[in-house]
Amino acid sequence: MSPPLLSAEEGEQSNVSLVPSSPNMDCISQSGSGLKERNYMGLSDCSSVDSSPVSSLSEGKKNNLNLKATELRLGLPGSQSPDRIPELCLLNTGKLDEKPLFPLLPSKEGICSSSQKNVVSGNKRGFSDTVDGFSEVKSSVYTAGNWMYHAVSDSESPQSVGQGKFPGSSGMNVVLSSRPSGAQSPIMKELPTKVMQECPRATNGTSHSNNTDTNGNSSAPAPKAQVVGWPPIRSFRKNSLATTSKNNDEVDGKPGPGALFVKVSMDGAPYLRKVDLRTYSKYQELSTALEKMFSCFTIGQCGSQGTPGREMLSESKLRDLLHGSEYVLTYEDKDGDWMLVGDVPWEMFIDSCKRLKIMKGSDAIGLAPRAMEKSRNRN
Amino acid sequence: MQRMAGSSFPEEVLEHVFSFIQDGKDRNVISMVCKSWYEIERWSRRRVFVGNCYAISPRMLIRRFPEVRSVELKGKPHFADFNLVPEGWGGYVGPWIAAMAVAYPWLEEIRLKRMVVTDEGLELISKSFKNFKVLVLSTCEGFSTEGLAAIAANCRNLRELDLRESDVEDQSGHWLSHFPDNYTSLVSLNISCLGSEVSFSALERLVGRCPNLRTLRLNRAVPLDRLANLLRRAPQLVELGTGVYASELRPDVFSNLSGAFSGCKELRGLSGFWDVVPGYLPAVYPICSRLTSLNLSYATIQSPDLIKLVSQCQNLQRLWVLDYIEDAGLDVLAASCKDLQELRVFPSDPYEAEPNVSLSEQGLVSVSAGCPKLESVLYFCRQMSNAALRTIARNRPNMTRFRLCIIEPRTPDYVTLQPLDAGFGAIVEHCKDLQRLSLSGLLTDRVFEYIGTFAKKLEMLSVAFAGESDLGLHHILSGCENLRKLEIRDCPFGDKALLANAAKLETMRSLWMSSCSVSYGACKLLGQKLPRLNVEVIDERGHPNSRPESCPVEKLYIYRTVAGPRFDMPNFVWTMDEDSELRLS
Repeated sequence: MSPPLLSAEEGEQSNVSLVPSSPNMDCISQSGSGLKERNYMGLSDCSSVDSSPVSSLSEGKKNNLNLKATELRLGLPGSQSPDRIPELCLLNTGKLDEKPLFPLLPSKEGICSSSQKNVVSGNKRGFSDTVDGFSEVKSSVYTAGNWMYHAVSDSESPQSVGQGKFPGSSGMNVVLSSRPSGAQSPIMKELPTKVMQECPRATNGTSHSNNTDTNGNSSAPAPKAQVVGWPPIRSFRKNSLATTSKNNDEVDGKPGPGALFVKVSMDGAPYLRKVDLRTYSKYQELSTALEKMFSCFTIGQCGSQGTPGREMLSESKLRDLLHGSEYVLTYEDKDGDWMLVGDVPWEMFIDSCKRLKIMKGSDAIGLAPRAMEKSRNRN
Repeated sequence: MQRMAGSSFPEEVLEHVFSFIQDGKDRNVISMVCKSWYEIERWSRRRVFVGNCYAISPRMLIRRFPEVRSVELKGKPHFADFNLVPEGWGGYVGPWIAAMAVAYPWLEEIRLKRMVVTDEGLELISKSFKNFKVLVLSTCEGFSTEGLAAIAANCRNLRELDLRESDVEDQSGHWLSHFPDNYTSLVSLNISCLGSEVSFSALERLVGRCPNLRTLRLNRAVPLDRLANLLRRAPQLVELGTGVYASELRPDVFSNLSGAFSGCKELRGLSGFWDVVPGYLPAVYPICSRLTSLNLSYATIQSPDLIKLVSQCQNLQRLWVLDYIEDAGLDVLAASCKDLQELRVFPSDPYEAEPNVSLSEQGLVSVSAGCPKLESVLYFCRQMSNAALRTIARNRPNMTRFRLCIIEPRTPDYVTLQPLDAGFGAIVEHCKDLQRLSLSGLLTDRVFEYIGTFAKKLEMLSVAFAGESDLGLHHILSGCENLRKLEIRDCPFGDKALLANAAKLETMRSLWMSSCSVSYGACKLLGQKLPRLNVEVIDERGHPNSRPESCPVEKLYIYRTVAGPRFDMPNFVWTMDEDSELRLS
């Protein structure tokens, strides 16, 4: 079997390339420059950290790849780390440099071996004595700033091995062959541009942050995309402030503050979810997000044997389910009435929506006439 | 063998001695002296605190401590407050209530934080514990006013009902009427989180017939003109949370209110103040000098009004306020309130890039200079400098809780454009008793080096958008000896530091990492090698097996436990353990 194409594992772990948010990329680029020059004991090169937050992605990626060499690896017999396939890396620019940044230092070998011997007998479970290739490094090792070097040494050991464990893991091959066109590969899926539509919840903390550059450099005239859960303010406070500000200054025209989380329930689902209505700008986006969120229940409902969530079963099929009027989306408005979603303009909808419910189509009969009447009365 | 003197003490004497020791940690120590002390201690333990409801099972708790009267449980991780923990994750109190209903018929107190409580659970509580006295539901959810009605109706000895910041489904305001007419033992009532109206007449009658009522926190729906009546019925109140503090300005309403406040000679704490109309603020002036606690964090009033109020509260120990107070107001605070111990400044408009108020790092520096007892700070602002942090640190080496939130992630020192490493470094270096720290702004690995080196008493650390490499995380895990809770989001920390410090995780209550770079493979390894940890992978993209092993997981929650993996997880949470290779779903 050819190694799965998506296995950009080596070094990917710490290089954050799988996490799409540019702020993380910033961090990596800074660490990249730090790797070249950092002196952990000295304080001289503080400025090795670039203050400029916006780094070229290519540079970041290049440095990411170099970190491959610093991976601590679990020794497994007979596996070699496959080469990274550049085209599928998220932010690859083709400039692939897989050589480690720093040459091997003789000292680190000593460190490596000594630390491997350093099974601290006092520890109940010295991690290093149970696992090859990982070392419970003593603090003394670290003070000399050799930690990174030490880690590099692991890559030279014959134990260096793909973490993919491709031979062993059948799951991945399954993914490749059956990944539906709709859903992206995990790497691709996290492209910032796509994220908003595809999986607003899945990339929780990161999907929006590509707009929130540091220094508030977002040149986008549009309202700043918000990072989930940041700033760290509790929902109760957010909602209280939202109500207050709405009372005070409604004429502003500026976007409403903060998130607007409403509960979403689905007939037959064991637990509720919450969505932030402000992350969507039209009904289609909301609908797609909900389909994704509740797909597992629907799959269960239609009796598929697939384990829920295993494969995000073809979304087209799911959409058909939902659009085939088996379920309808309803909401409770400020007056406590249950209405069909979609009748009123989006802004009006999020203004009045208190909670959502995915009802069986049969239960929703009778909602439509009321919705029309209400909006007529409003206008 | 000579008999030890201790073993010749009759049990009753030891038990009596132990009864003077209430602190859980102390009692834990006592229980390890010898077997007989263990036995005596466990039979006489009345109060238990379980910081993570999944660290132990109800059965285990009951088996060891059979005579408990008071239980405190915490459920979801702290970051659930900011919507980082998906709904359905867990934290169900149901199994606990069911077990305790059988085992602890004399249970008096239940305190829950971030747990899911149902109406059935509340009803079971109300019917199972004849002497039930205290129910505190802090940031809980899953129940409605129906459950509250059951509590009101059945708990004849209830003293305290506190729903602080819980998410309650409001079905009707009539639950309050379920308190029987002959029920008079209420001491503390906090319904500030309820959205809908409660029946005012029922509330007034309740307040009027409970002579021991000390704390009353109303919800927003209680109008201002009702407040005076309530106060007159409960002049013994010590803590009051107003309802909406707005009404048409009318002199009769004002003087009525002012008189009612003046009549409350014991009043020491005020909160509420939703939608404040400044004209009504002077009604509280007569009692300001007695106040020790003031929560104005929902009061959208401007700096001048805030200054007028705060400058009269010379005995203030705790102030929560919005950033409308501005630097000028904080200067006044620093000059007037020399007993101040805790300050929290919340953002009025956190989602705007441009500041809407004139609040900067200066305000905090002023307060740190002027208030010698200041030890607990939560401060939201938009700019900070290393120099300011250094000054704060030098001014207040007695700081124990320091949480700074610079609203824009990765904001550098606005003067030098450098990272804020040195500033936070100064904080941990000077404030040797620092227990809790939250970081923000532009931070490299260096700040973690400082933290690992100096923050030896640190118990809880919150990190966001900081660091550059695994070295940062390594510094924390290897240096902070007393670390119990670590929560991290959006940092470039991966497998290396975690795996190298795996043993450390067993000494902590919990570790949360979201939007970091910890791979599925590393999670599996941790779960397999450390059976006393639950390594939970939270990922809404489907089972991690469907992605490469090196693919980072979305969220990771690791906690130590003696109860083994849990079985109440939703389909987007997986526990890594020895069987995780076999279990595919």
